[in-house]
Amino acid sequence: MNQVVTNIDGYDVERIRQDFPVLDQEIRGKKLVYLDNAATSQKPKTVIDSIVNYYENDNANIHRGVHTLSERATLSYENARKTVAKFMNAESEKEIVFTRGATEAINLIANAFAEKLSAGDEVLITAMEHHSNIVPWQMLCEKTGAVLKVAPINERGELILESFEALVSKKTKFAAISHMSNALGTINPIKQMIDLLHQFDVPVLIDGAQAIPHITVDVQALDCEFYVFSGHKLYAPTGIGALYGKMEQLEQMAPYQAGGDMISVVTFDKTVYNKVPYKFEAGTPNIVGTIGLGAAIDYVTNIGVDAIAAHENSLLEYAVEQSKKIDKLRIIGTAENKGAIMSFVLDGIHPHDIGTMMDHQGIAVRAGHHCAMPVMDFFGVPATARASFAMYNTHEEVDALMAGIENLIEMFG
Amino acid sequence: MLDDLRDLYQEVIFDHNRNPRNFRAMDDADRQIDGFNPLCGDRITLFIKLTGNKISDASFQGQGCAISTASASLMTDIVKGQTEDEAQNLFSLFHKMATGEHVEMDDLGKLAVLAGVCEYPARVKCATLPWHTLDALLKGAEEPVTTE
Ligand SMILES: Cc1ncc(COP(=O)(O)O)c(C=O)c1O
Repeated sequence: MNQVVTNIDGYDVERIRQDFPVLDQEIRGKKLVYLDNAATSQKPKTVIDSIVNYYENDNANIHRGVHTLSERATLSYENARKTVAKFMNAESEKEIVFTRGATEAINLIANAFAEKLSAGDEVLITAMEHHSNIVPWQMLCEKTGAVLKVAPINERGELILESFEALVSKKTKFAAISHMSNALGTINPIKQMIDLLHQFDVPVLIDGAQAIPHITVDVQALDCEFYVFSGHKLYAPTGIGALYGKMEQLEQMAPYQAGGDMISVVTFDKTVYNKVPYKFEAGTPNIVGTIGLGAAIDYVTNIGVDAIAAHENSLLEYAVEQSKKIDKLRIIGTAENKGAIMSFVLDGIHPHDIGTMMDHQGIAVRAGHHCAMPVMDFFGVPATARASFAMYNTHEEVDALMAGIENLIEMFG
Repeated sequence: MLDDLRDLYQEVIFDHNRNPRNFRAMDDADRQIDGFNPLCGDRITLFIKLTGNKISDASFQGQGCAISTASASLMTDIVKGQTEDEAQNLFSLFHKMATGEHVEMDDLGKLAVLAGVCEYPARVKCATLPWHTLDALLKGAEEPVTTE
């Protein structure tokens, strides 16, 4: 299937591009240059085929039929769980709960911790979180009287570790931290942070929505209590994601939604909940999504996350280098350790105008606050433009990006 | 290369973006209100002075893209001297134009330079934000206006 060579020298980006049908098109008469991967990535043919194949051959509901199709669907669904577990190096696939995405996974956890927190307790997050990793904690704090603490960042967009450390105390009852920031690209020293939090027995959630396509994740080595991500940023379909949780945590947590599949016995007097992970998977799940996610992980592992990261980092380095030639351009987020995201502003040109003008040149970049309004406030900008790279982007596309930016600067005059 | 983009970004728009008219706070305004587009972060504060039912002065401040800045600049220019009813009528015409409904361009005067936005659904709200804000202001609203 994918005979892509996995070392960096042999990284065959043209070969990879052929696996992504959507890339081969023109936008407004120009070759599509897709640089909005941090919002969502494109899907390889194997993922698309896995969806078609499932609906053409295996479709049935899971965990509830004795007929052949249902058994096949159940097997595919549970195999996908194993694939995810292996990909994150979870101890057991029972520690993987399927969710709609990172957002739902975070809400599931915040919901369960409502029972465990009380007035005066503290929840710790960082100043670079996505709204998805802010608002559920704000709501939790409102419900319980706990206090939300926010660890600050510096002007490069890096977490200030000493300030973070100073905020951890006996009062801290939960911490939620992004592995990699979607607005800035910053990669946090999460291992160090987790170890620090564990000195005070604080359970830690890592929001891996951005990190998972770029960084090899080993949840056992990290020792975090929870790690969440969305499939669609990892070349899988939308509407599917996963939550890793340590078994001891998941077992103590209240279910999120109630319904079929999450129960083992129901009478009108009492209901006995199903075991982990089914306790958290009420209702008919996104079966085909999990199959697509499994296929996406197979595709990614075949090429190798590290090989992909090396390729993307060389694109980022090249983009940063080239952008120095453009006087009006300022990069927002210049952390020493960062992933393949270049957020930028152009002097006197609003990011929305950048977005529209780039689209006219066939180049898809994101313009806006990136669901991180506090980050925008910190840098004193209403919004930024953002180019984000994936395994299939090329150095020529970086050239196209730079030429596009120069064109629009000229047009603005 | 970007010729077709000129339909959206006409020179007049760049001009109003570079030198927005009526771009100032108004200390003695009769009414003022904030308008906000949460999707893109555009913010404007709109000020008006009323003499009888006439808008005798209008100004704005804020942070926005070229389209919303030019739209606010053109709007504050054109509604000055109009009655509240006239301004409301113009808003409904402008809204139609921006969303691609048929209107007589002559009725819109200078505002016609913004007709190109109807081709860009994501940008329509940039052009209409100042007008929604004015509409709310004329109706006596006090809470900030949002386009969502
Ligand atoms: C860092 C981060 N966290 C959480 C999310 C939310 O992901 P989703 O919308 O797929 O649930 C995103 C998506 O943009 C993200 O970048």
